Amino acid sequence: MESIDIIGAASILVAGLTIAIGSVGPALGEAKALAQALSALAQQPDEATTITRTLFVGLAMVESTAIYCFVISIILIFANPFWNHVVQNGG
Amino acid sequence: MDISPDSIVLWRWGPLTLNATILFTWAIMGLLVLVSWLVTRKLSVEPDLSRWQMALETIVTSIREQIREITHRDPDDYLPFLGTLFLFISVSNFLSFVPGYQPPTGSISTTSALAVCVFFAVPVFAIAKDGPKAYFRHYVKPSVFMLPFHIIGEFSRTLALAVRLFGNVMSGTMIVGILLSVAPLFLPVAMHALELLIGQIQAYIFAILAAVYIASASQAHVTEINKEEEKEKSAQHSKEGE
Repeated sequence: MESIDIIGAASILVAGLTIAIGSVGPALGEAKALAQALSALAQQPDEATTITRTLFVGLAMVESTAIYCFVISIILIFANPFWNHVVQNGG
Repeated sequence: MDISPDSIVLWRWGPLTLNATILFTWAIMGLLVLVSWLVTRKLSVEPDLSRWQMALETIVTSIREQIREITHRDPDDYLPFLGTLFLFISVSNFLSFVPGYQPPTGSISTTSALAVCVFFAVPVFAIAKDGPKAYFRHYVKPSVFMLPFHIIGEFSRTLALAVRLFGNVMSGTMIVGILLSVAPLFLPVAMHALELLIGQIQAYIFAILAAVYIASASQAHVTEINKEEEKEKSAQHSKEGE
């Protein structure tokens, strides 16, 4: 196989794996946080504003790991530096 | 496919290039300044307020409310910085329904610039509030061994701030672009609507996180100011009641 084939195949494969594995953890974590927040809301409806705000901020922080994975896989597919290097050198 | 509006170069003169990010950033700045200037030109306290003044007052008071709830302090010091961050990101994400518009927050250069602003604003606000000694002491709390972790934390949260906003906005434009080629009739519209909501949430989160970082850097809670403001508020309410 030429290097461009290997780079293309590896990029696509790893991009898929990155987003697949990387979204499992944050999804579980967010589900847990949401469930906790719902039970807290049911117990203390008066504190709704504080709970909701903390929930949003927390979800955003948990979600950022999934966003990192997404950005990595997007870079691998659309702006791959290795691919560009090989293409420029006439690979 | 482009993953950033940086690569859309509209005009080039020597080493200077004008790309879509810069152009739309200027457009948003101009829009914010123009609208604020037009509305605040004729402020009135008479009962028949103009609708625009009502809208602007609502925005400013709710931002003040949020800042006060998070920092437990007088929001006036933080309002210019945090309010500007929120309004800029919010308007930049909101305008994405305009055809041909590329949100500048979908470019990593804009979001990292904003995150760097927050990075420098944290020590500036904390030192202005408590003095340099109190600020630098929090790096060695609870012990000196925590110093490298504090420093790593400062940088990693700045990176997280930049990449989170970039990833969310960029993924929105990208998903709509991909759906347009897969199912062009209805689905992109629904995703675009969801994207408008996500954009507002991200603007809120960016401003809230900046507020949390600034508030946590200067730890001494000034509760007296809060009490005074609450007193003022209740006095105003009782006046309005009369």
